[in-house]
Amino acid sequence: MSTAAIVLQARDISRAFPGVQALAGAGLTLRAGEVHALMGQNGAGKSTLIKVLTGVYAPDAGSIELLGQPIAPKSPLHAQQLGISAVHQESHLLPNLSVAENICAGRYPRLPWTRGGGIDWRATHKRAKDLLAGLGLDIDVDQLAGGLPAALQQLAAVARAVAGDARVLILDEPTSSLDAGEVRALFELIRRLRDQGVAILFVTHFLDQVYEICDRITVLRNGRLVGEYACAKLDAHGLVGAMVGRELAGATQPATQTPTGDAAPAVLSASNLSRRGQLKPLDFTIRAGETLGLAGLLGSGRTELARLLFALDARDSGDIEIDGKKAQLAQPADALRLGLGFCPEDRKHSGIVADLSVRENIALALQARMGLRKFLTLAQQRELAEKLVAALGIKTPGIEAPIGQLSGGNQQKAIIARWLATHPRVLILDEPTRGIDVAAKQELMNEIRELASGGTAVLFISSEIEEVVRVSDRILVLRDRAKAGELPRGADEDAVYSLIASA
Amino acid sequence: MNRRLLPLTVTMLLFVVMAGYGGLRYDGFLSPQVFLNLLIDNAFLCVAAVGMTFVILSGGIDLSVGAVIALSTMLTAALLQAGCNAYVAMALVLASGAAFGAAQGFLIQRFGLAPFIVTLAGMFLARGCSYLISTESMPITDSTYTVIAQARIPLGPDASLTVGALIALAAVLAGMRVAHSTKFGRAVYAIGGDESAARLLGLPVGATRVGVYLLSGISAALAGIVMTFYMLSGYSLHAVGLELDAIAAVVIGGTLLAGGTGYVAGTLFGVLILGIIQTLIAFDGTLSSWWTKIVVGVLLLLFCLLQRLFETRSRKAA
Amino acid sequence: MKRLTRHAAFWPLATLVLLVLLNAVFNPAFLTLTWRDGHLYGPLVDILNRAAPLMVVALGMTLVIAVRGLDISVGAVVAIAAVVAALLTGGAFSAGGEVSSEYPLWVALGTALLAAAACGLWNGLLVVKAGMQPIVATLILMVAGRGIAQLLTGGQIITVYYPPFFAIGSGFFLGLPIALWIAAGLWAVLYLVLSRTALGLFIRAIGGNPEAARVAGVRAAPITLCVYTFCGLAAGIAGLIISSNVKSADANNAGQLLELDAILAVTLGGTALGGGRFSLGGSIIGALIIQTLTTTIYSLGFPPEVNLVVKALLVFAVMLLQSAEFRALFTRRASAHAGARE
Repeated sequence: MSTAAIVLQARDISRAFPGVQALAGAGLTLRAGEVHALMGQNGAGKSTLIKVLTGVYAPDAGSIELLGQPIAPKSPLHAQQLGISAVHQESHLLPNLSVAENICAGRYPRLPWTRGGGIDWRATHKRAKDLLAGLGLDIDVDQLAGGLPAALQQLAAVARAVAGDARVLILDEPTSSLDAGEVRALFELIRRLRDQGVAILFVTHFLDQVYEICDRITVLRNGRLVGEYACAKLDAHGLVGAMVGRELAGATQPATQTPTGDAAPAVLSASNLSRRGQLKPLDFTIRAGETLGLAGLLGSGRTELARLLFALDARDSGDIEIDGKKAQLAQPADALRLGLGFCPEDRKHSGIVADLSVRENIALALQARMGLRKFLTLAQQRELAEKLVAALGIKTPGIEAPIGQLSGGNQQKAIIARWLATHPRVLILDEPTRGIDVAAKQELMNEIRELASGGTAVLFISSEIEEVVRVSDRILVLRDRAKAGELPRGADEDAVYSLIASA
Repeated sequence: MNRRLLPLTVTMLLFVVMAGYGGLRYDGFLSPQVFLNLLIDNAFLCVAAVGMTFVILSGGIDLSVGAVIALSTMLTAALLQAGCNAYVAMALVLASGAAFGAAQGFLIQRFGLAPFIVTLAGMFLARGCSYLISTESMPITDSTYTVIAQARIPLGPDASLTVGALIALAAVLAGMRVAHSTKFGRAVYAIGGDESAARLLGLPVGATRVGVYLLSGISAALAGIVMTFYMLSGYSLHAVGLELDAIAAVVIGGTLLAGGTGYVAGTLFGVLILGIIQTLIAFDGTLSSWWTKIVVGVLLLLFCLLQRLFETRSRKAA
Repeated sequence: MKRLTRHAAFWPLATLVLLVLLNAVFNPAFLTLTWRDGHLYGPLVDILNRAAPLMVVALGMTLVIAVRGLDISVGAVVAIAAVVAALLTGGAFSAGGEVSSEYPLWVALGTALLAAAACGLWNGLLVVKAGMQPIVATLILMVAGRGIAQLLTGGQIITVYYPPFFAIGSGFFLGLPIALWIAAGLWAVLYLVLSRTALGLFIRAIGGNPEAARVAGVRAAPITLCVYTFCGLAAGIAGLIISSNVKSADANNAGQLLELDAILAVTLGGTALGGGRFSLGGSIIGALIIQTLTTTIYSLGFPPEVNLVVKALLVFAVMLLQSAEFRALFTRRASAHAGARE
């Protein structure tokens, strides 16, 4: 396999954006007739590299060669013309047009002038049908793409991507919303394309799938190329180690003791909780005063689980009980009323209301729970805000400053303050320490410990496993959208990674 | 294939049902001229609605149509009074409509402004400009126009069509052809279906969007010309509220307001249905014509609710 | 000084002052105020009086726009309210020349306002429960509403003869027009409700970032329904003022183009069409700007038709200023964005 011709070679690619160096010396080598995985954690630079290869961004430095010739794609359309096609997670087909039309869009066969010069629909139909047949796909080309199940749309999108004689096919997280059977169908197609000589770049979080279909793996970390490995030579342990940047055999660090009696009642529990494409059925329990850590690699389903618990997304199955009583959680307002709190991972999109002041942002959830009839007077809001700003060390020109002016870390603290103000019984923190400096992180950890000792149950989600390990009484480990296992207090990071890596 | 034609079939059925009801209820309703009059009396609405169909298919909306019609009639009257040749005047009016539409499309595309407010302001602007030309009605006495206005194309013993109606039919046919068989037409559907997907597919989203509003501008100008044949006058108060009728015709014709789905042929039937409502009310004699607005509003509501139901059900299935 | 210019209402207020001064330059008598017939009299009072209905509608429209909605049916609702009130009041001459009302005035007015609020609630339900786009949902009432109003009047213009009815639009209280008191009163009530209860905070949160508001536990549905209902009610109040002023109810023309003026007033006043932060005071000033503009154009000797053109250009200007892409033309970041786009 390593003697196959190199189709695409990217070397020393660098790309910076205001405030962040997304890529610094990243690279990739794709060979004909191979399936190549691109892996890395948050901030590794995978999506930026893809955008460079498909012409969305121009690299600041580095070279790209296609079949030995240097190229510089200027746009996705240009990249397609050069022979590099991509199927992104969000680039579904046009739902209101037929499959045949989706495949030929922009490149319709035309009737000769003598017959009107318009689009030749019969030829379009035939071209699409032939293409799909050549790929072994049994899809009705006249059906509207939107009427196809998501998995078939995915397959048709791949067909469309290779319709223009693509030499390189990039698949960006294609299996995120597919079930096992649909993944199998996709992999059959990928193998067929591979056998036809296409070089396929497969970007995914799912470790299982990497080993099932890929021949080689390229790992990125912090914008740099860590290495290129043959799947046969690198086991899951080694892969996880390469992605997170540590040798997975080290000393242990016992978590500080905080007694939570196992006899403490479960304050929130869920059984058979699932949502199609986001979380496989799992059971969940958290007790009063317990700090439960949720660990897993990017894409393992941690945020999805949190969103289901807080009723941000509708669950497909499962019952949620609070204090042993079944709870009708239909929307976040219900969860709030029952004493839950949720500090989201994406503070810009789901956290702050940028135009409102720090004071108003902090008071928002508490006021929402109190409803319209009871009102937090201005004085009460000010008192609340000032107290929390001081307690969490939020750096702000004042509590009246619009929250959009604060730095990311301080915005994060303000959102946490918002939820602390509601004195929740269960507080879900999704990546609360992202973007916060070391000193503030320590303060936050102390705050969590205080909350727990006060009886609040805390669900702590973080990509930094060492944090999770340090603060948690119990660790729930997720992998590939399902529960991988549970670890007790005292487990170390290696134990977590081992659990993730083991099949 | 069949499911796609369902909205169009519903609309056509509705038309047939209404025609049947009229035929049963009133004498002389089913005469050919009555039906031809549907097209004759609503020819300008039909032309404008064809342009509106493309705008709505692309996911936008154009509220300036009625005002552009009025402005076109005023421009025509003013040009003719200044001694301009009839056909030159028509060409100039069409060009001005195209320019107006393209300008709106440019603002919407380039600066990301909401279509409804750009075309709302455009409506103000166009009507204001036509008021500036004259607040009074300006009669058109040019001989070419009067000849065209009075011409009748016989279709049978008691049936005839006007030039305006023919133009309307031609516009519908041209619209159908553009929508179905040209790259531009298919790109319009694509943008209305999923703009970001269309962009990723490499389709010319920006140019298509400007083109759609340009097309709407030309349709409105052409509708204005048809109206001058019908009214033989230029008047700033022509076509007040016509954009709403055009939107109603498009929606009742089966085009989703969200864009992406619909047929130009459906719009023709939408116009005919609006016409037949008015005819039914006129034949009744006891109902005041305000009932037209109420019935149109109710129909619009029903079709919008049905569209919502259709959308949520297809989203749940997929 | 910089603090002052940063205040939300600064630019609208400055524009208004500029317009007033412009008028004063061309018409020395513009700023004069006299006391006549027991009330204040002068061009400024006229402007305040004529702007009152628009001020009221703009207040309602402000909140709808703040929650990222829109209501283009306000003109039709004005007509409906005017017609209902006029029909119920009517007024028949009795033998002795005394005019009486068919129903007690408060019943007539109350019913009209109830009808208007119901219209607003209807719009809200279509938007919230049926999930329709606001412009579509309110388009329906815009089309059908006038038809309903005309149906009620049988196509006639209803003349009202009952004197107490005229007070709303033409009466004076403490020297100032009652219509102005109504507008000011509504503004005051709204201001109190929005700042003394959580409603203002919730509206700004829902409009500013609907997803974040949802995560924070704010229930958007009941608040949105309230906002649309209030917008309908405001249109109803405006309808009463308008019909009282002309002593009649014209189903065809009452409130014609009012929705456009209202949207313009709100945007001139600084409320962004994207929702979130809003300014009631700004909308009031915006309404005054529009009315003063009309007066300015007239006193400058231009034909009143210029009004429409000027309004159109104003809308374009305000929209462009609010557009990020437009502002980017003037900042250095434009080139970087252009590279990253597409």
